[in-house]
Amino acid sequence: MRQERNNIFASIDWVLILIYFILVGFGWMNIYAASSTDTATQLFDFSTKYGKQLIFICASVPLMVFILFFNSKFYEQFASVLYIFSLVLLAGVLVIGKKINGATSWYNFGGIGLQPSEFAKAFTALALAKLMSDRQYNLKLLKNQVKAFIVMFLPAFFIALQPDMGSVLIYFSFFFVLNREGLTLNYFILGVTAIVLFLLTVYFGTKWVLITVISILTIAIIYNVYKNKQFIRFNWPIVVGAYLALSTFIFAVGYTYTNVFEQHQKDRFDILLGKIKDTRGIGYNSHQSELTVSSGGFFGKGFLQGDRTQGDFVPEQHTDYIFSTVGEEWGFLGSSLVIILFMILLYRIIYLAETHTNKFGRIYGYGVASIIFFHVIVNIGMVIGLLPTIGIPLPFFSYGGSSLWGFTLLLFIFIRLDAHKKYDW
Amino acid sequence: MKRSFLLIFLIALVSLIYIIRLFQLQIVRGGNQNPIYGATVKIEYDYPERGYVYDRNGELLVANQLSYDVMVVPKEVKQIDTLEFCKLLKIDKKSFVKRFKKAERYARWLPSVFLKQLAKEDFAYLQEKLPKYKGFYIQKRIIRDYPIKSAANVLGYISEVNEQKARTSNYYEQGELIGKMGVEAQYENELRGVKGKKHFKRNNLNKITGSYKKGKYDTLALAGNDLTLTIDSKLQQYGEKLMRGKRGGIVAIEPATGEILALITAPSYDPNLLVGRKRSPNSVRLFNDTINTPTFDRGLQAMYPPGSPFKIINGLIGLQENVIDESTYVYCKHGYKYGKRKNEFMGCHCGIVGRPIRLKTAIAKSCNSFFATTYKRILDKADNPNIGIEAWNKHAESFGLGNYLGYDLPSGRKGVIPDAKFYNRWYKNRWRSTYTISNAIGQGEILTTPMQLANMTAAIANKGFFYTPHIVKKINNQSITDSTYTVKRHTTIDKEHFPIAIDAMHDVFTYGTAKWYQVDGLDICGKTGTAENKIKIVDGKKVQAPDHSILIAFAPKDNPKIAMAVFVENGGYGSTIAAPVTSLMIEKYLTGTTTRKNLEDRMVNFSLQKEYDKLIKKHDTIASGTK
Repeated sequence: MRQERNNIFASIDWVLILIYFILVGFGWMNIYAASSTDTATQLFDFSTKYGKQLIFICASVPLMVFILFFNSKFYEQFASVLYIFSLVLLAGVLVIGKKINGATSWYNFGGIGLQPSEFAKAFTALALAKLMSDRQYNLKLLKNQVKAFIVMFLPAFFIALQPDMGSVLIYFSFFFVLNREGLTLNYFILGVTAIVLFLLTVYFGTKWVLITVISILTIAIIYNVYKNKQFIRFNWPIVVGAYLALSTFIFAVGYTYTNVFEQHQKDRFDILLGKIKDTRGIGYNSHQSELTVSSGGFFGKGFLQGDRTQGDFVPEQHTDYIFSTVGEEWGFLGSSLVIILFMILLYRIIYLAETHTNKFGRIYGYGVASIIFFHVIVNIGMVIGLLPTIGIPLPFFSYGGSSLWGFTLLLFIFIRLDAHKKYDW
Repeated sequence: MKRSFLLIFLIALVSLIYIIRLFQLQIVRGGNQNPIYGATVKIEYDYPERGYVYDRNGELLVANQLSYDVMVVPKEVKQIDTLEFCKLLKIDKKSFVKRFKKAERYARWLPSVFLKQLAKEDFAYLQEKLPKYKGFYIQKRIIRDYPIKSAANVLGYISEVNEQKARTSNYYEQGELIGKMGVEAQYENELRGVKGKKHFKRNNLNKITGSYKKGKYDTLALAGNDLTLTIDSKLQQYGEKLMRGKRGGIVAIEPATGEILALITAPSYDPNLLVGRKRSPNSVRLFNDTINTPTFDRGLQAMYPPGSPFKIINGLIGLQENVIDESTYVYCKHGYKYGKRKNEFMGCHCGIVGRPIRLKTAIAKSCNSFFATTYKRILDKADNPNIGIEAWNKHAESFGLGNYLGYDLPSGRKGVIPDAKFYNRWYKNRWRSTYTISNAIGQGEILTTPMQLANMTAAIANKGFFYTPHIVKKINNQSITDSTYTVKRHTTIDKEHFPIAIDAMHDVFTYGTAKWYQVDGLDICGKTGTAENKIKIVDGKKVQAPDHSILIAFAPKDNPKIAMAVFVENGGYGSTIAAPVTSLMIEKYLTGTTTRKNLEDRMVNFSLQKEYDKLIKKHDTIASGTK
């Protein structure tokens, strides 16, 4: 035990920890810029956002030590327990949680709010790793696929009830993990096709997309029939099935979009697709965010010099729109650097995961990379106007204790597992 | 590693796409944004006082006064008692709604002018009551004040900068004042000064949150420069008084410097009409008056045939080109026959029959025959009239005729001194000198402005040179140094040719056409003119209108102090109106008094209004086809 304790600091991956602290530190500087006023000067002022965030950051240090203190075996053995614990928390928040901004996603402990969905990601990743690391487990079997889907989407189901659709979306990132472990790419292709068809339907309307898709399909079939001269032996059930599936899907999208989607969700898509030009009302956030990023230019305006940031032009700038501060004050240079830092972080995680001889560690590592990757795409894509408004935080950057601790938990469990890959097996 | 390909590839792809998007946003689009003019910075201006304008003797012509506008920020306006408010501002409800809508259309969250230029007595009262009405406030502005009701055409006026200019210029903002016409326009950059700028940080609620970058970009206001004009206000006012009831222009220049002593147009207007609350209806009335055209500066913009005064130029050109000399003589038989046909005859009223007429007498008596002969000789000096007319044109233009003079006022006309190209186009390359014989007596195709003619007179008085006429003498009490106005421009006529012309002009005021108007001891030299003029009618026919009365003069003969040109539209003979007006003005300028009170009264009260009314009627009846 003593020997292990001594070795842990030698064997943990300091590159990841360095990147973690760079991101957290730079994130805090931007939160400071986005929330400071001329009057308050105290760094640990609990009434300011940056003061609170500094406390959150300080609190994450004992959390790291705590995570690293446990034996790496602990996380494998207790994965199911932790997973069930997080499900209970997610169910419980629906009952005794606090409703903020239309979603019941917060526990309130004497003024300190905790968001269970931020922690559930790590535990779900652990549970998934535990499930799939079994030697008997083979993703080619549909039974096993369904098992994995249940583990993945059960927390998402509870989160959808809050409702917090942004966080639900994150759970789809586990498909990357499944793909790595042998799940066929068909799911992925199907998903991408569905998204493209969805966007086309929203943009052009049900009728036109339906006509176009059916026409393309028909021409393809006629061409195939003509080329192969195999009219009789042609697989007609599949052809009919394709027609039915596509038509049903497009109709379903049209119906869902007009009847099931909330107005604010429709607006977000309409603005992204350019169907509505609006810079004051519903499109205000995206417009201001884009303008703010643009105004940074190549070098940026400098720390605390962003007049759009200082003037509070972007709503929620310290949380979901924190990247717009980076864009304005640190320019193209700073914002590209952040993207590259995330890229290095992700590649480092993948690289380390691939070196694990232990399947559990590898799968968990993939889960970590996938979740962080998804967060980064969705959040930055929203800030720079490439994706619709989806309210999820930028890992390590955005203001918020739950978010910071959730990602700290996620990353440091991996660091702990990684530190022991040489010794345990 | 094959299985991890998808995620690795996607990370790289998305990073690349996002960095390209950042490049597009921050470098392609963001590169040309000026942070100072964004939504985050509010600029407040500190308007400096506009420069004063004085006449050459230090008399104040243009000063400033404070004016108060009621401003409105539509978004800040809360429920108000409209009826009471309208009563306060002395406007009706309809006007209130109209003004408010206009302000809303411009911008809901920016100030617009609601009611312009309050009367001073209203201001004190309103200032007390207005704070009750949120969104309305009073803005102080500096507008012009004219202590002397004179020289409106010279001074010009200031008014709101037009939208086009406000958008394209990097100095003016909408609603700011800019000089229009006259000295105000020409010397805008001197008079306006530089407005001070203060930059403030502004947040998303349009609230000021402090100074922008600690005032790094702030500038102080710089007061405008005062101008001293070359105008002699007393002479200007006297000329305006003499021109009452007449139309025309008078220009007086100091030959030794090119300084414009008086620039009179009639009819004119009181410059104070374009200031204050009544400004808008007044300006509509003035600018839409197409009959009297009070805003048209006849001194600079009206082109008239110069008539007989131009004979002096033809005489000088004849001397310079060596086609005549002092002893060249002509016999005048009541006119000059320039062709074989009967109607190819130019009449003459010199009244000297049977005696040879030489240059000096010809000028004094204004003999048409002599100058027709001279002109024909100039043009036919070479075999081809093309060469002759080019030489003639070059000489005439060296007096500042036929082109812009280059004076420092924003309006003017080129005038016409025809050249070979002109007649080749007109006559399709087949013409002879006699076709253009009217040019010999300043009629025909020649057109000049009173300013050009006065300058020509100055050049004669100076014996062959002039300074570009100018209206500004000093800027902030520093004499102007612009070489345009301080360097001599020489005519192409040699100095030795001038004395005979000047002697002849002196004779005009001794025993010639203006002999009644010589003033003892002032030695006025001049030349009267009576220009036939035709007014064009819509259906192409030309109708004869009464002649223009013209006179050029300078005095004293040696060391001339003033050179003048006077045009009185439809005033008849040069000796009837132009000559007495000139004589009175020269006396007033050189001696400061008038010895001929009766003549002065007669001229002040003499009105040509009946003639002008008749012209309009004639015009109307012919235009409507019921002759």
